Amino acid sequence: MMSDKEKNQVEDRTRRTFLRNSGFALGGIVIGGTVGSLLGTTDTKNESNVNTESGAPVANPNVALMFFYPEEYETTMAAAERIFPKNDLGPGAMELNAGIYIDHQLASQWGVNARDYTDGPFYKPEPTQGEQIKVLRKDLFRLGLKGLDNYSNENYQTNFADLEAAEQDEVLTAFEKGEGPSLSGVSTSDFFKLLRQLTIEGIYADPLYGGNKEMLGWQMRKYPGTYMSYVKEIKSDEFVELDQQSLHSHMGHS
Amino acid sequence: MAKKLPKVPVVIAGMGWAGSIIASELTKAGIKTVGLERGKERKMSDYLMVHDELRFQHREELMQDLSKETITSRNNQGMRALPMRHYGTFIVGDGLGGAGSHWNGQTYRFLPYDFEIKSLTEKRYGKNKIKPEYPLQDWGITYDEMEPYYDTFEKMSGISGETVELYGHRSNPYPTGPMLKTPVLEEFEKAAKKLGYNPYMMPSANLSENYTNPDGIARAACQYCAYCENFGCEYGAKADPVVTTIPVAQKTGNLDLRVHSNVTRILNDGTKATGVVYVDTFTGEEFEQPAEVVVLASYVFNNVRLLLNSGLGKPYNPDTGTGVIGKNYCYQVSSGYSTLYYNDREFNLYAGAGALGIEIPEFTGDNFDHTNENFLHGAGVRSTQYGNRPIANNNAPIGTPAWGEEFKNQSIKYANSVLQVKSQGASLPHRNNYLDLDPTYKDAYGMPLLRMTYDYTEQDRQLVKYISKITRAIAEEMGPDHIDTVGEQAPFNVNVDTNTHNTGGVIMGADPKDSAINSYQQMWDAENVFVVGASAFPHNSCFNPTGTLGALSYRAAEGIGRYLKEGGSLV
Repeated sequence: MMSDKEKNQVEDRTRRTFLRNSGFALGGIVIGGTVGSLLGTTDTKNESNVNTESGAPVANPNVALMFFYPEEYETTMAAAERIFPKNDLGPGAMELNAGIYIDHQLASQWGVNARDYTDGPFYKPEPTQGEQIKVLRKDLFRLGLKGLDNYSNENYQTNFADLEAAEQDEVLTAFEKGEGPSLSGVSTSDFFKLLRQLTIEGIYADPLYGGNKEMLGWQMRKYPGTYMSYVKEIKSDEFVELDQQSLHSHMGHS
Repeated sequence: MAKKLPKVPVVIAGMGWAGSIIASELTKAGIKTVGLERGKERKMSDYLMVHDELRFQHREELMQDLSKETITSRNNQGMRALPMRHYGTFIVGDGLGGAGSHWNGQTYRFLPYDFEIKSLTEKRYGKNKIKPEYPLQDWGITYDEMEPYYDTFEKMSGISGETVELYGHRSNPYPTGPMLKTPVLEEFEKAAKKLGYNPYMMPSANLSENYTNPDGIARAACQYCAYCENFGCEYGAKADPVVTTIPVAQKTGNLDLRVHSNVTRILNDGTKATGVVYVDTFTGEEFEQPAEVVVLASYVFNNVRLLLNSGLGKPYNPDTGTGVIGKNYCYQVSSGYSTLYYNDREFNLYAGAGALGIEIPEFTGDNFDHTNENFLHGAGVRSTQYGNRPIANNNAPIGTPAWGEEFKNQSIKYANSVLQVKSQGASLPHRNNYLDLDPTYKDAYGMPLLRMTYDYTEQDRQLVKYISKITRAIAEEMGPDHIDTVGEQAPFNVNVDTNTHNTGGVIMGADPKDSAINSYQQMWDAENVFVVGASAFPHNSCFNPTGTLGALSYRAAEGIGRYLKEGGSLV
């Protein structure tokens, strides 16, 4: 009988061999050298910006604003934290840098709806026809943040970020139902949808986008991130928990 | 003025599965072919950073740029159609390989019943079983005639699978064995067998083993890395035109492939085409490409739109039921399903493959008695393991809030403990479901967008009700702690339904009165125009469309070869 460790080694070797061979077989399109060299990469400690030798965190230059003004960023973090709050399961949206993720997305081509159909005329849709929103995502988000503050000031005499969690939930629920004041003709429920979507993405997208800090979003749900092969794990009756690995581990193999 | 280029034997609009199969067959036979693709070039090494859920799935990198072209939709003629402004439902392919790059790889044959659905239904249940508002038609070809083309497509793409007794006869077994039967699929298998069904492994274009096809193309086995749908395969394990048909065509030296070339019109006199006009999508420069044969292989929507924008073929009129272009648009009916939650079991759900699944054949086609049912055809009832990516998969029992602490707790608790018994149902044509040109909205080149008028029908609602109960029974047998069953078909919603199995609009048949093309995909109204793709399906079966689309593409290639020698109608 082989020990588990030996079995793993055999399987690893087999996978490497097959990849090398298939790279060869594909002739010209070399995947063996590229993909094969990635297979053994399970080391998650290669995130150069996480730790120094002393163990103290070093600055992550990605944590800076390219779209929001500081107050908008604060409001965004407060709202995202209510969508996905910190609790005993693990960090919330704020700690996971979902706010940075949202900032970067709104600054991207997606924020200006670059690949959406934006020609007029714009009509109010039936519920089955999808959103017909003329306002760009980056502008709608900014309007929504302002709307959160306006609504909070009107009902609680303070800005959204300064409310108690339960009050913030009340405001967000009103926005979700479309009960907040119209945002240049757009329902607050459309803003809320955008906020919820961006928050989930900011927790679970690859850390290269600025959120999912240190892959802690993935770790909470035992999602391993990106591996080149799960041939062994997928056959297992037992749950196999793997260290998290991001796309960063695929760099330098071209 | 369009710049006029030298005439060629064949020009193809669209280089996905359909266009690339035709290109590879014709160029192997020594026929000079121009392939026009509106999107970008692609090669396998482009996929090395593809394990990026955000970029490829939620930002739809491999999909059509909707700022340039989209569809408009409405549920019925009384509504104003509005543009699909961003992706929600259909993820329409773009770039070399088209949807054949981002698909899951589920590769079925349709049933013998499908090709003769009208005749066989009337034979078994009488003339009145098909209600007049459902224009069900035979396809003008039988399963036995289709069989060799299916066989060719499966060998080219290396389909993995196992023979199913209740389905049509096979001249050969699948070229590769079935995919791994994982513990997740075994749960379904045990339950289905207990209930007396005969589950089989889903036929898969994700190779179960290394494979070399008849063209000499060698590809590696699937690694179950969980990035198929919306993604390209960095191993080439998933059959994709980019790693199968296109390199074969290129090697002949007979393929002139032009990317960033968007066809806007077919030049024609109403009975024959003389070529196409296309635009360089970067510069806006227009070109005229004369050709002896024009092949449209630019997906269902664009095939219909190009014909209508070019004034070729008679547009369908829903009020009279006459005309053919835009007729019998069908979709798929997948709303009957059960979601299973386990409190104390975790599965390796982060792993998977796009065509890793198990299914029962008993409720497909006419494999069960419809005498007392208010619907025809049926559904494949199945469990799949695609790999649950974390942005897209946050399941929690119905009633759980969509955000906040309870959402967090539940979605994380069940992240690796949720299975589904799903269904994929047939979509039958209805006279009010059709495609035409939008009167208002235009694409980036000034051409009218395609307008879809579509809603689910009574047939669909009955089917969903029936099938959801089957999914529930299997789910209960699987013994989870909680089951949610969805058994009602809501109205069609362009931002909610998730399926890109659009079919019809340029349908095949035996009679020019009720079909646009013959069984070689040759237009009745213009013998040198071949319209290839799922646009040819007179209805959609309960299976994924690519296998049938691939088979029909091989038949079309054969027809085009014959036409270039003999001319005239091929039937």
